[in-house]
Amino acid sequence: MTPITVRVDDASYTDDVEPRTLLVHYLREQLGKVGTVVGCDTSNCGACTVHLDGEAVKSCTVLAIQADGCEVTTIEGLARGAELHPVQKAFHEMHGLQCGYCTPGMIMASIDLLKDNPDPSDDEVREGIEGNLCRCTGYQNIVRAVRSAAAEMRGGSDGTGDGSVPPASVSPAVVDTAAAPHVAAQS
Amino acid sequence: MTAVEDRTGTPAPEKEIGKARRRKEDARLITGRTTWTDNTVLPGMLHLAVVRSPVAHARITNVDVSAAREAPGVVAVYTGQDFAEEQGSLPCAWPVTPDMVNPGHPSIAVDQVNHVGEAVAIIVARSKTAAQDAVELTDIDYELLPVVLDMEQAVQDGADLVHDQLESNTSYHFVFDAGEMGTGGDTEQAFSGADVVVSRRFVQQRLIPAFMEPRSVVVQPQGDNYTMWSSTQVPHILRVMAAMVTGIPEHKLRVIAPDVGGGFGGKLQVNPEEILCLLIARRLGKPVKWTETRSESLMTAHHGRDQVQFVDIAADREGHVKGLRVRLLADMGAYLRLITPGVPALGAFMYPGIYKFPAYRFECDGVFTNKVPTDAYRGAGRPEATFAIERIMDELAVELGMDPMELRRKNWIDAAEFPFTTVAGLAYDSGDYETATQQALELLGYDELRAEQQQRRESNDPVQLGIGISTFTEMCGLAPSRVLGSLSFGAGGWESASIRMLPTGKVEVVTGSTPHGQGHETAWSQLVADSLGVPFEDVEVLHGDTAISPRGLDTYGSRSLVVGGSAVVKAADKVIAKARKIAAHLLEASEDDLDFSGGTFSVRGTPGAGISIQEIALAIFAAHDYPEGIEPSIDAEATFDPENFSFPHGTHLCAMEVDTDTGFVKIRKYACVDDIGTIVNPLIVEGQIHGGLAQGIAQALYEEAIYDADGNLTTGTFVDYLVPSAADLPHFDTGNTVHTAPGNPIGAKGVGEAGCIASTPAVVNAALDAVRHLGVSDIRMPLTPERVWRAIHQGGDGGDRAAAGSNAYGGAQTETTAGVSTDASSLGGDR
Repeated sequence: MTPITVRVDDASYTDDVEPRTLLVHYLREQLGKVGTVVGCDTSNCGACTVHLDGEAVKSCTVLAIQADGCEVTTIEGLARGAELHPVQKAFHEMHGLQCGYCTPGMIMASIDLLKDNPDPSDDEVREGIEGNLCRCTGYQNIVRAVRSAAAEMRGGSDGTGDGSVPPASVSPAVVDTAAAPHVAAQS
Repeated sequence: MTAVEDRTGTPAPEKEIGKARRRKEDARLITGRTTWTDNTVLPGMLHLAVVRSPVAHARITNVDVSAAREAPGVVAVYTGQDFAEEQGSLPCAWPVTPDMVNPGHPSIAVDQVNHVGEAVAIIVARSKTAAQDAVELTDIDYELLPVVLDMEQAVQDGADLVHDQLESNTSYHFVFDAGEMGTGGDTEQAFSGADVVVSRRFVQQRLIPAFMEPRSVVVQPQGDNYTMWSSTQVPHILRVMAAMVTGIPEHKLRVIAPDVGGGFGGKLQVNPEEILCLLIARRLGKPVKWTETRSESLMTAHHGRDQVQFVDIAADREGHVKGLRVRLLADMGAYLRLITPGVPALGAFMYPGIYKFPAYRFECDGVFTNKVPTDAYRGAGRPEATFAIERIMDELAVELGMDPMELRRKNWIDAAEFPFTTVAGLAYDSGDYETATQQALELLGYDELRAEQQQRRESNDPVQLGIGISTFTEMCGLAPSRVLGSLSFGAGGWESASIRMLPTGKVEVVTGSTPHGQGHETAWSQLVADSLGVPFEDVEVLHGDTAISPRGLDTYGSRSLVVGGSAVVKAADKVIAKARKIAAHLLEASEDDLDFSGGTFSVRGTPGAGISIQEIALAIFAAHDYPEGIEPSIDAEATFDPENFSFPHGTHLCAMEVDTDTGFVKIRKYACVDDIGTIVNPLIVEGQIHGGLAQGIAQALYEEAIYDADGNLTTGTFVDYLVPSAADLPHFDTGNTVHTAPGNPIGAKGVGEAGCIASTPAVVNAALDAVRHLGVSDIRMPLTPERVWRAIHQGGDGGDRAAAGSNAYGGAQTETTAGVSTDASSLGGDR
């Protein structure tokens, strides 16, 4: 057993861990941070993505002892009180989730992507989150959500931030109207 | 009068149905406040790890678990012998023929293993790691038996047998003959007199549902009661079946499906591990948990598809179809699970698609092999049927030298002909194939892309362009109980709902249709808000716990809204009817003089006199003043059993670029227009279509479960089993037409499977359209660059991904799951 001290979602923890314990198992099983989930055993799916000292990591590829002295943010620590992170809000608003199992990792990865590229194109979002698998959504609404959050984080809730015409993919997935079912085509 | 008609006839406030409500479910899912089964921790809970067979077919000659029993933290180790007398057989609910052979399916192997990954021992320990560590300490000897993997070989005389107590590897022979059933003419006659007959062999590769949340089970014993939490689509079915298998009385067993992370049919099952958790919790009197790894999931959770299809189509020279003949070999795997044999039989009725065939014959052999069983996967029988018909229509068009859309138009059911009874005996409810097609063509930009295709052809561009068509329909809203009975299915297809009006006017809706990502809590709230005239926010939807929702048949087959939502609407109608009596009493008016609109009963001709249904809820809770002779409650329960299936349809178009130098294929544009009847929440509908498209496209381009010559699953992790990422999929342009379903009060047809069913043939047809002029007439799915290149440059259909008889990946050595190679491996011996 090795003692580690980790700050997770703004609280400090000191624990003994087996050297082989993965960060995700430490989070889930010793800290009860079950909002972060395990989706595979080969680091392909990204469901377990958290931020380690501000960088997105797949917490199944980090040993708990490697997080000693580090700051970890999980999906549970993202909101500020009742105030959701813009990426959380955008996933809700754009229907970027269905079963929600990939969502914690997808949101954490997206935040990291936007830190590096505050204004990604559709293709850049798709490339940027390709380490995170989703089986439900077909990704289109996730791409919308990330770009919409990007716009909001750049400082314009109109989806542009710079006064230019918003790209089509940032507009809401479907028009919020009772007439929607009779709209023949929606892009 | 239906609820929908009620609504259209009354000037209500803003309607909820049709509104793109953001989902209620999201709040917990985007913040990590979730209740996945694996999150559950109970005092004294023990953890299970399963020792699994590393070989596909063998007799178990010796089991030594003594070292594992001594390992630190290990509480118990069980082998098949320990449960041989009490485990019974996992249930198969669909004996598709009276003489179907079912060898029985033990939850843990006793003396023989029949597929890699079958459970042979269970470690029970105080921690998951202790259990997992002890797996390595077990020593099990196997006497290898011949491995049966290839269906076409397995049905030959003298073939090696999967189950040597059986006479053959054939489980059943299922036939639907329209001539014999009186729904069509004689098929042989139709073919013998036809101008043109086109025959093809299509391979539906084996797929893995690959839900994102691995399966997990927790069982807590409390005296002689048991509570099971499971990551299941079907808590109600699981409860009945688990009670029957284990002998635990049904009323002593409660099953809870908490947050469930996707299923796609893969969690429509009674799993060996669910039964084993119950048996072990019963034996130890302690709570137990089992959560699988992804590798375990891919290896042992049931797979889907895996059929070989022989399809013949007959037509005249003008392109009028005359007959359709389908012969299937369907891989059951080693055992029959819940609806294993029924999946191809369910597809039997959909092969004629949207076309007016005068004659049709379908026959299917269910074949045992030494692989994990197949069972439901999104679409379950209908994607296979749609693929076959939409592919062969293109082949027929080529044979006739006719435009593939013109051929389809010539043969499809016209809008004026609905309801239309097909040659398979189904009564298609409503639709308009022409309008959906026109809209899809516009959405795609068909004419421009055809022009570009021509230009690329002429310039001999190394990147060729093709356009693929899929004009499909499917049977949804599973299912009319009497029809299921006629197909020998072991249950009905109804759904149950109840509505509880709370004293404060809030509403609890209990549904028997258990969701796992579909958004029932939101959509059902919209239904009830409209029906009862209460705010969307005042409705809470309860589900997934047999103690809270005692009656139900759960979620699969695009049934939830169509059947489960209809039960909710029917229950709301009953609430209103009961409340009307109270309102009449309190308003001192005749029931007949009351209008109900926007949640309020008012007295016709007496402005100002009214009482809301939420006020009535409080009044009846107090029960101080209500009519004689009735119960003081306006709560109600309803069960809806549809009289027919519903038939969503649509036109899906794919434009595909094929790099003839590298074999790389890329979807240039994908457009589809689906008719799924009434749309309750367009946001959810769009999401379902997107997700379905992703899985259908994945079958066409990426996914394939591959076994090597020893029966090892070589695509046993997400490294090898290619669930597509965001970068692998295109943007989808989607649209809808709306022809309401006449068979239910909502008018909905079901949307969960549409995208998955329709898209696969559109994608493959597109790739073939791009390279057909190079002499390519088929490419085996998935369309890997290697296969596409081979088909273009070497002919044929691209072939197997591994040479026959070798290990997968071109003969590369693969290891079994426990690191044990078998004699049949090229290197042999332990490594």
